[in-house]
Amino acid sequence: MPHTRHPATLLDLRKGEEAILDRIDLPADVSQRLMELGFLPGSRVAASFRAPGGGPRVYRVDGTEVALRSETAACLHLRPSPPEGTATSS
Amino acid sequence: MTRPVVLPALEVPPPSAGPSRARVVAVVGPPNSGKSTLFNRLTGLRQKVANFPGVTVEQHLGKLKIEDAVELDIIDLPGVYSLTPRSEDEQVTHDVLMGRMPGVPKPDTILLILDVTNLGRHLVLAAPILALGLPTLVVLNMADELERRGGDVEAETLAQRLGAPVALISAATGEGYDTVLQFLRGRIGVPRPMELLPTLSDLPRCREWAAKLGEAANYQAPAPPIWTRRLDGVFLHPVAGPLVFLVVVVAVFQTIFTAATPLMDLVDRAVGASGAWLGAVLPAGALRQLLVEGVWAGVGSVVVFLPQILLLFLFIGILEDSGYLARAALIADRTMAKVGLQGKSFIPLLSAYACAVPAILATRTIENKRDRIATILIAPFMTCSARLPVYTLIIAAFLPEKPLVGPFLGTRAAALLGLYLLGFLAAVGTARVLKSSVLQSERTPFVLEMPPYRRPTLRGLGLRLLDRAKVFLQRAGTVILGMSIALWVLAHVPLKDGAAPQIAESFAGTIGRVVEPVIAPLGFNWKIGIGLVSSLAAREVIVGTLGTIYGIEGDETGKSLQEALRHDLTPAGAVALLVFFAFAMQCMSTIAVVRRETGGWTWPIVQFTYMGVLAWVGAFVAFRVVTAFLA
Repeated sequence: MPHTRHPATLLDLRKGEEAILDRIDLPADVSQRLMELGFLPGSRVAASFRAPGGGPRVYRVDGTEVALRSETAACLHLRPSPPEGTATSS
Repeated sequence: MTRPVVLPALEVPPPSAGPSRARVVAVVGPPNSGKSTLFNRLTGLRQKVANFPGVTVEQHLGKLKIEDAVELDIIDLPGVYSLTPRSEDEQVTHDVLMGRMPGVPKPDTILLILDVTNLGRHLVLAAPILALGLPTLVVLNMADELERRGGDVEAETLAQRLGAPVALISAATGEGYDTVLQFLRGRIGVPRPMELLPTLSDLPRCREWAAKLGEAANYQAPAPPIWTRRLDGVFLHPVAGPLVFLVVVVAVFQTIFTAATPLMDLVDRAVGASGAWLGAVLPAGALRQLLVEGVWAGVGSVVVFLPQILLLFLFIGILEDSGYLARAALIADRTMAKVGLQGKSFIPLLSAYACAVPAILATRTIENKRDRIATILIAPFMTCSARLPVYTLIIAAFLPEKPLVGPFLGTRAAALLGLYLLGFLAAVGTARVLKSSVLQSERTPFVLEMPPYRRPTLRGLGLRLLDRAKVFLQRAGTVILGMSIALWVLAHVPLKDGAAPQIAESFAGTIGRVVEPVIAPLGFNWKIGIGLVSSLAAREVIVGTLGTIYGIEGDETGKSLQEALRHDLTPAGAVALLVFFAFAMQCMSTIAVVRRETGGWTWPIVQFTYMGVLAWVGAFVAFRVVTAFLA
């Protein structure tokens, strides 16, 4: 999926785009919860549907789908776009 | 509430390898793994909901007979992703498994249920569970879905690696279920583990361990659920999504009115016929009168609403089990955010449509204390099922059924929908006021897993309805029966010249007359007053009370409850009564649970007063406006 933009956080991902998660910038209990749901650093996250009217967006991660509000998605930072093929789980 | 975690950290020796028979079995698994489906299959009708002392997460306990004289206790634990006790759910699971839950026997066997279509992530939970050292069967659920979506796994290999037996089953269809029973009978041995368990606190390493195991067992992840994506394309579509949401809600309300009517007529006739039979069989006297006028008329007029309430729960069950509710929460989140509440408040508020008590208990999952109190305070505004009999009685008595939008929406369903909306608006408005004043707090993240859409099972829905019917009839048999008898007696004393007085002259009538000056501005007379006083115990009691009052009065005319009501209420008064019930906090159970959950009388008193004042003012305005409008 070639794109020239450089999404910095999950919030910047458009529907259908995917990227590698780098770190979660949230309090420990929240980030632990997110990690349990599959948002581990190094994992591949894809943006999916967004709730009508600018509500939360659904993200695909580790075989499941999780909805996050924009303000939360903005705290999940992405790795700078890696070249194709090297993006495997760390 | 964080207690030190005392889980063994690493390299636990394998549990004793010899097969042994289970006694107390805990069913553990992540949310949406099909835990309840398996539990329902294991215990069927032999289950009960229990509240553990000190905690209020609802628990399901059940029994399973596996051999002639052998019965197992089965405990269904809350869905968790880990055993680190952070939320109330995890604390309960942790405490039960460690044998630290008072009144609950320590489990000696575990059924760890995992969604095999999501094995890598779910297998992470196997690490802390196996570390407990109890005989554990790893149940890989949704085998049928895995196969349909082209996935695969070698259960044998996984069992060898894990050092625990593995069963590949489908709890919904029953495929492979026999293995679970074999295990519980102690017929399956425990292999020795080939993999050391990872350090439990290190989540990334746990996930890596799970991935390695999956690879070893040749796990082929299934293709993405195509139907879920297609359906989400509609249900979360910017235009179609909210439209479908609306259609679903309208259809539910319309069906509650139309489809329930024949069933309710049936129950009504059964109640009437049995009452008449009783009247004919029993000798004339006080006992016959008490039974026919008091008990039959009182309890009977409430029991009639059972079909309607079950229908409502059937719809809630279908929406919840199919996975649509999670999408509805997503659509509603923006509204919730606007009034300052988090998405987590949505689920308790939704369950408040059934009853405020479990809703208030469900707020325990909200970590933020201010958000939690705000949610507790607004929950009783949501239209609970106890309001349904009151609403439908008054609506049916005063509003003729006419089609509004073709056959899709009639006047009565629209009125009911309006009342649900009124309660919702009151809740949202109150939340807004609270969250922008005394209960301000930072917004907390909304994280919600979207389960794939699934077909609800008949068994699951059936058990749910049975449970609800039990609760409803229990209330009819206790609170409403008691109130009906008490009211019948109060309506027959003090004796005048050895005979019962006119109701107006009785003690019950006196109570009605005492409150009459307060409620007269709302268009209510003293009979409605008696109903309002008695409904402080529980809302639907007013239906029983009016049934009893008119049952006693009805000797001369034999009017139906609806006709009698039209006699005592003007249309404006009827609207006022509906508004009053939409706002007032007439429920002792709710008051008691709010006191317990907020740790004092302050909040319940504030809440009762606030809702009472709102109810009076709302009813007053409604009465005036409708009177002026109809004049």
